[in-house]
Amino acid sequence: MTAEVMKHPAETLLRMDRMPHIWCPGCGIGTSLNCFTRALIESKLDLNKVAIVSGIGCTGRVAGYLKLDSFHTTHGRPIPFATGLKLGNPDLKVIVYSGDGDLIAIGGNHFIHAARRNMDLTIICINNFNYAMTGGQVASTTPLGALATTAPYGNFEPPFNLPYLAETCGATYVARWTTFHVRQLARAYAEALTKKGFVFLEVLSPCPELYGRRNRLGAVVDMTKYFKEKSVVRHDAPTREVGIEFQGPLVVGKFVDRPRPTFLEAMSEQMRAKLGEKFVPLTTGS
Amino acid sequence: MIADARGVLTGAHFLSGNEACCEGALAAGCRFVAGYPITPSTDIVERIAERFPTLGGTFIQMEDEIASSIAILGAAWAGQKAMTVTSGPGFSLMMEHIGLAAITETPCVFINVQRGGPSTGLPTLPGQADLMQARWGSHGDYEIIALSPNSPQECFEMTIEAFNLSEKYRTPVMLMSDECVGHMTEKVVIPPAAELNVQPRRYTTLPPDQYLPYRGEADLVPPMVKAGDGYRIHITGLTHDERGYPVINAECQEQLVRRLVEKIRRNSDDIVSYEEYMTEDCEIALVSFGITSRVAFRAMELARAEGLRVGLVRLRVIWPFPEKKIREIAGRVRSFVVAEMNLGQIVYEVERCSAGRAKTLLASHAGGTVHSPQQILGVLREAAR
Repeated sequence: MTAEVMKHPAETLLRMDRMPHIWCPGCGIGTSLNCFTRALIESKLDLNKVAIVSGIGCTGRVAGYLKLDSFHTTHGRPIPFATGLKLGNPDLKVIVYSGDGDLIAIGGNHFIHAARRNMDLTIICINNFNYAMTGGQVASTTPLGALATTAPYGNFEPPFNLPYLAETCGATYVARWTTFHVRQLARAYAEALTKKGFVFLEVLSPCPELYGRRNRLGAVVDMTKYFKEKSVVRHDAPTREVGIEFQGPLVVGKFVDRPRPTFLEAMSEQMRAKLGEKFVPLTTGS
Repeated sequence: MIADARGVLTGAHFLSGNEACCEGALAAGCRFVAGYPITPSTDIVERIAERFPTLGGTFIQMEDEIASSIAILGAAWAGQKAMTVTSGPGFSLMMEHIGLAAITETPCVFINVQRGGPSTGLPTLPGQADLMQARWGSHGDYEIIALSPNSPQECFEMTIEAFNLSEKYRTPVMLMSDECVGHMTEKVVIPPAAELNVQPRRYTTLPPDQYLPYRGEADLVPPMVKAGDGYRIHITGLTHDERGYPVINAECQEQLVRRLVEKIRRNSDDIVSYEEYMTEDCEIALVSFGITSRVAFRAMELARAEGLRVGLVRLRVIWPFPEKKIREIAGRVRSFVVAEMNLGQIVYEVERCSAGRAKTLLASHAGGTVHSPQQILGVLREAAR
């Protein structure tokens, strides 16, 4: 007699034929993905019209595990790929799921311009404070003083404050949670999926094998305890105040939620004002 | 398939090469262009930006050429025929996505209106020195297709051809124009839509549970799907198997990369295109392309008037290289003269195919203006000695 094995609810959205995944034990990306799949199932979106775009790095592998139309692009470029995908078929819900190095350092120029344009994209940034895929190098998000293989004497470059950057550049929705906050994170994903325009979610995620080990932060349990104990929920906090110091307090919550015309809305409005009936929006499915 | 009449500007016009490229793209069914301003290509996207909104197309000026070159890949996977337009410095920035387009087999067109280089070089003056870059510019093994127009009429026709080839072979295709062809204005005749042959996308007819996105058909090209069709495809720049899943080993690399290369090499007879003038009895074969081929034609006439038996092979397609043709001619001429606006690129291909059977000389030019017929004539005389 064999007992029926219960299926994990996320399985319907995962490419189970690709398991096991490549992420290290204790990595937070899987946790973030679990929250994301739950939000996606709850969203009632037509999943055949949802596309995932990733860049390169640990989080860049997300696209490869999600059973959706999924695109694993070049390093730093998921946002411009997603821009073409969205403009090529505006009926698609296009989600960019990538890491801090990919989106903010090498892809920083694309990030700020997509936010400025208010391109209709949901941007999920897993921030693990270092370049993990390549072995733990310093990143544009590494807190001051933290160690990394390419900052062996401690990082002396001030990191970006991602919610502040996103808001300043024009994002319509900005939130931050950690992988400890699984329920809040799933709810934030669900809410983000209902928003239009450039939507930005930062997910602080433990990297115990590289960032954690090098900085003697203990096992994933200790890193998650840090997320739990040092997190302060402050909805609507001014984003300029949510920068992160090494092992310092982490301000989490929803910081920005302000509608403004998306790229496609603004384009359509401008063209209709100038061209009237002559304006022909893009024909899809050619 | 015939062209969508909405985009076809049927009639006789007085157009620059760059304007003709825009009309060619429209006639081919292109409805997505991402670009970044760069001399001497900018007037193509300017015309696109003006023409597209009334013809159901979307133009976006991206933040740089890196973004432009990947936005077109996104649009292609959304089902659009997509193109970007640039010149040397921008072309250099686009190399990473020529590689991504090659490995993901994404149909797309890159127009390079070549200027003098390296680096910022001669922004407003012509060059033909990006041909090896077009062929080899991204890392790794791959093959692409590159065309070389020598008139505004050909800018129109070859832009359509570029789209057709990119759809047929699911590969990036480069239209290697230059400042001179791009900015010269000549009569361009655009036929009625019904007379234009447009290659549709090769979509699969299989249902999702039977479809393998990277299983090639008889010609090694796999049929495609687009995002939103329910196939839940995975597309990656990593080496992948027929399912599209990453597989990091030597066997999969062999299978994938060899097919990517072979789908162009094995079909090269279908892709190569050239014109021959007076090659039946020639002792010296002049090889040229693009704007330089027009000067070469005059040099051939001058040489014939002097009694030199010169013929001209004008390459319309640069890559894949017309190896068979050059080998055939190598067996019956004394020498080749390659006239190109660079300090030696296609001459090496001719030399390789000639394999020592015919002497190969180069009529080079560093760019900035076209050769004079006399310059090429001088090399022809040398070849006759």
